[in-house]
Order: sequence, then structure tokens, then C-alpha cells
Amino acid sequence: MPFSTETLVRLREDATEIIGRYPKARSALLPLLYLVQAEEGYVSEDGIKFCAEVLEITETEVLGVATFYTMYKHEPAAEYQMGVCTNTTCAIMGGDQIYAELAAYIGGEDAAHGNGHHDIKSPDGKVAVERLECNAACDYAPVVMVNWEFFDNQTPQSAKRLVDDLRSGAHVAPTRGPNRLCTWKQANRILAGYGDGQAAEGPSAGHASLVGLKLAKERGWKAPAANGSEESSPKAGKESS
Amino acid sequence: MTDTLTPVLTANWDQPDSFTLDGYKRTGGYQALPKALAMAPDDVIAAVKAGSLRGRGGAGFPTGMKWSFIPQNDGKPHYLTVNADESEPGTCKDVPLMMANPHVLIEGAIITCYAIRASHAFIYVRGEVLHTIRRLQLAAAQAYEAGYLGKNILGSGFDLELIVHAGAGAYICGEETALLTSLEGYRGLPRNRPPFPAVEGLYASPTVINNVESISSVPSIIANGSEWFADLGTEKSKGYGIFSLSGHVKTPGQYEAPLGITLRELIDLAGGMLRPNHELKFWTPGGSSTPLLTKEHLDVPLDFEGVAAAGSMLGTRALQIFDTTTCVLRAALRWTEFYQHESCGKCTPCREGSYWMVRTLERLEQGKGTDADLETILDVGSNIMGRAFCALGDAVPVPITSAIQYFRDEIIQHQKDGGCPFDPAASTAWAV
Repeated sequence: MPFSTETLVRLREDATEIIGRYPKARSALLPLLYLVQAEEGYVSEDGIKFCAEVLEITETEVLGVATFYTMYKHEPAAEYQMGVCTNTTCAIMGGDQIYAELAAYIGGEDAAHGNGHHDIKSPDGKVAVERLECNAACDYAPVVMVNWEFFDNQTPQSAKRLVDDLRSGAHVAPTRGPNRLCTWKQANRILAGYGDGQAAEGPSAGHASLVGLKLAKERGWKAPAANGSEESSPKAGKESS
Repeated sequence: MTDTLTPVLTANWDQPDSFTLDGYKRTGGYQALPKALAMAPDDVIAAVKAGSLRGRGGAGFPTGMKWSFIPQNDGKPHYLTVNADESEPGTCKDVPLMMANPHVLIEGAIITCYAIRASHAFIYVRGEVLHTIRRLQLAAAQAYEAGYLGKNILGSGFDLELIVHAGAGAYICGEETALLTSLEGYRGLPRNRPPFPAVEGLYASPTVINNVESISSVPSIIANGSEWFADLGTEKSKGYGIFSLSGHVKTPGQYEAPLGITLRELIDLAGGMLRPNHELKFWTPGGSSTPLLTKEHLDVPLDFEGVAAAGSMLGTRALQIFDTTTCVLRAALRWTEFYQHESCGKCTPCREGSYWMVRTLERLEQGKGTDADLETILDVGSNIMGRAFCALGDAVPVPITSAIQYFRDEIIQHQKDGGCPFDPAASTAWAV
């Protein structure tokens, strides 16, 4: 459905601001695609038209970019997009089993045997699951993402419970993230550069991120003192006492 | 004698507000910046050169030298692009670093831009890590508010705009020229070199592209001195780095240590292998693009030279550790599928080679392989390696070639058994 006049006015305002961040307008295309995806949940033909118009490029050029990057959806997305990492470390630590059980749980037995690079949606359209490549959280393997938030150290049981909670509207919080999981559209707005004011929520670091630091503290290990300094610990990122 | 672990970048991660401006400043943050701004830009470059910092994104190119390639007084704008597109399988250091300590990256970026005379910095962060992006956005806003970014920074007359730019799900964009193409708003395809980015990078202007951890190491070098940094590590691999342990160890996670620590020491720090009755089988020293090593290599010093001498690469210090429950063919197949999925399609050896390699590996893994398959794989591999447009292609044959080198018999066993001799359930985190 084409954007309403009010929506267009609002989107154009945002687009002007986004384009203004960059020395050259075309650099704004990726955030602009997130902007339209935040509006509709996917990059629709109208979304493509909008990006082409504000950047004064062709729709084909926009489509060429939108189809290159896997984070843009080309059909309406679920409210909660789940991704199971099935790259090697996560797969071996149990990600393969989590994906297979989740795909069957959400989409029925047949769904578990696809190649997984396409979304499997729950009948109510609330939740979709897909396979993901490595998401830079290997020390928390196996990892599940929902709307690009981390759900660390998952099991088939915990992942299925997560689906139930998402479908029933129960309170869900990521392991390392804000106090409440945002929707797919809200996540895309953040990716367009508009923070939701929740950056300060959640831990500074998860447990696995801290194992080395903890051990160093227990054993009294430190980086050497700065040259010629009386202090016992270097500046820039040093520990406060 | 230096301590075994030397937390610098990770030192404040256990503070509840480590990601805020106040939290960072309380632990010594933003003390290097005024020091750098009081130096001549060339002296900042010289200091980083003297510290012998080498790129932390995998290649290990000397950072200060990279900066010195930027032509001066050329009348063109200069750019810094921080490569925060951390996507190499196994690599998981930059994402927690930017989540817990984004200001150290921003302080490093400001100092770097001052040194190379850039007035625009971009942090190209992969899009799939929402909370890390929130933290970067917050840190940038706080740095602007405090006068560390924007016009006339700390009264120095130096201006800098910093933009946090989210990628959109493409491993290829971690390749520096593909990253630039992507940042310009196009499909992320790599470019021919030369011209190198230092001469024609972003918008055909001189551009430095550095990894998150490289840029984040800069404030510590400026604050504590080049010698302080160069005294850490080994002869040709100076300084400290974050070592990321994952897989079959008791406590996987981040361990910040001088370069040159060994896997034996790291596994010991991590409480040993996950299951005492299953010993180490194979591991990657620095992500899936670095050839596999085995238990024979437990005492290899994890520095650029030591790992190269063992036939692999230090890469990103992404130590993915697998015990004897793991099928090496399954592991190699999955990595090869990854490269096939992420191949940008620009050049034939990578696009077609990765496709056919996956097909052949699938057949082998299902136990339907033929005697000729291993040779076919090695032949295809040697025709991709060195003939692809960029390093992604060169990485395609790496996992399986090294797997064949160390575990040829096991791979052939699949064919004899008519299937995989391993039980995947035995490798999971919850297996007993």
C-alpha cells in the first residue's frame, strides 16, 4: 500500500536528516532502506520507490542494493525474527539441533529439512525462524538472535520456551540487551540511526566477556605500569580502585 | 616479567557504567586525547609506529605505516573508516568491546583522524548486533556533547564528524575495499588494488581502514608511551590483544594477554577442556580463514610469526576449539557453506569454486564420495587460491585443505562407513 501523505512527510523529514549525515548522499542508501523497513517491516516496492526518489537514483539501483544484503526482507517480516546461528562452532555446540527442533516447532516437521536461508513463520505470523551465519558471540554458543538481540547459551528447550513467550506476549528480555525486547520494526529504526533511549539498559558485558578479567583480578595480574609512572596500572581503560 | 593476562581494553568491562562517558573517564579515559592534540600529527604517527602496533583485524599490517601512506597537502579530504564488521566465523572480540567500552574506540578514532588529518570518521558496524549499535550511538552522542567530537575539539582547532553506520548483513563487507563500496551506498563488491585506499579510498579520497581493536589500542600507546606497548608481546609481534576462546573448553570467553601466549596456557586459564575424557582434536588460531591446527600445536606462540611458522595465521585470535567428539569434515563443510553463501559473486573462482566444493564435500560427508573426490577438492582449492579477486576467495579452500592435511583417514572413513562415523549429539554443550 502506498505511503499516506502524512507518512511521506515524516519519512522525507527523516530522509533529509539521514542524507545530511554523509558527505555524499548515496551513502545514505543503507540507512534509508532500514528507514522504510522500519515503516512496513520489509522493503516494499513503495519503499524502494521512496529511496530512489529521495536519492535521485533509479529504482533498479535501489533494488540491486536491497537484494545484496540479507538484513533487508522482501516480504512482510514477523514481529519477532528469530535466527539460529548454524555456523560451525554454534552448530557443533548444539545450534543444528536447536534449528531443527525450532523449525519443526514453528513450521511443522517438513520445515526442519529446508536449507533454512528462508524464513519459517508461525501460523499467527508473530514469529519467524531462519538460519544465521556467525554473529560474533561464539563464546556464548549456541546463540539465538531475536530482532538482532543476543539470546546466549541456548538449548532446544529454552529456544522453544522463547517462541512460546514471544507468541503469548510474555515479557522477554535478551541476555545482553535492553530490559524488554523491541519489535522488528523498532529494531530497524535503530539501524537507521534513531536510538530508542535504551542503550544504558542491560549489562556492560556478559559473563563470558568477563572471564579473563575476573581471572586476572583473582590472581593479581595487570598490564604493566606506564613508563616512568608510579601507578600500578596503565592509563586509558585502567581499572579504578 | 609481564603477567600472563594484561587487561587494558577489557579492564573496565566489569563496571556497570563502563560504556558511558563518565564510566570511561573514571577509569582513565580521554586522557590520551589532549596529549595527542598537543603533539604534531606526524609525531602521533611516529609514536604508533614506534609502538609497533600491527593490525588487529587479521592481516597484521603495521598500523602506523598504513597511516603514513596517506598523502599530505594533497587538497583532498581524508577519511578514517573503522572496520567494525566483525563477521569472521569464530571472531567475537570487537562486538563485546564496543558494547562494554565504545568510548575507547571513539577516543582512538579521534586521535587517528588528528594524525592522518581526516575530518570525517565512520564506524562501519555490522547490523546484526543491535545493542552494540545502541551503545556506539550513545557514546558518539556523549562525545559530541562533551566536545570530543564536532568543531574545535578541546580548543585545538581540530574538527571531526563521526558517523556510526550499520551494515546490512554481508561478510564480504569486512574486506576493506568492499566495505568502502558498501559505505558509498552500493552492493558490497571488492575493488581492484592498486589504487590502494590510502590513495583512492572512500569517495576516491585517501582513506585509512583499521580494525576496531587496532584503533582502540591507540589511546593506550599515546597515554603510556610507545615503549610501554612495545615492551609487551614478542620480538616482532608487540603489544597485547584479546584472545577469544570458544567451543569445547570449560570457560569460553575473552582473555586479554600479550601476543605470544600459547593455546596450552589459554586452555589452562579456561579451566581445561569441556569434558575431561575428550581431548583437543583441532582448532583455529584466528577464525575460519586460518588453517586448522591440532594438539601438536598447543605450544605454538600465538604471535604473527609463531603461527605462520606452524603453517597457519594468527588472524583475529579467534580460537575455536573442538574436541574428539567433533567430525572435522562436518566442521569444514559448514565453513565452506559459509563462504559459498557469502561469496559476492564478482569473480568466477570464488563463486563457482565455492559452489562445487560444497557439492563435493556434501557427497563425502554423506559417505557417497569417490576415491577421486579428495583430489578434486584439492585441485579446485588450488585453482581458487591466489586466483580470486579478494581474500574471501582465498579462504574458501582453507578449512578443508587443512582438514585433509591432518585428518585424511577420518575423511576417507566416511566413504568406507557410508556415512558420518560421529554422533553430533555427543558434541553439543549439553552432552554428558
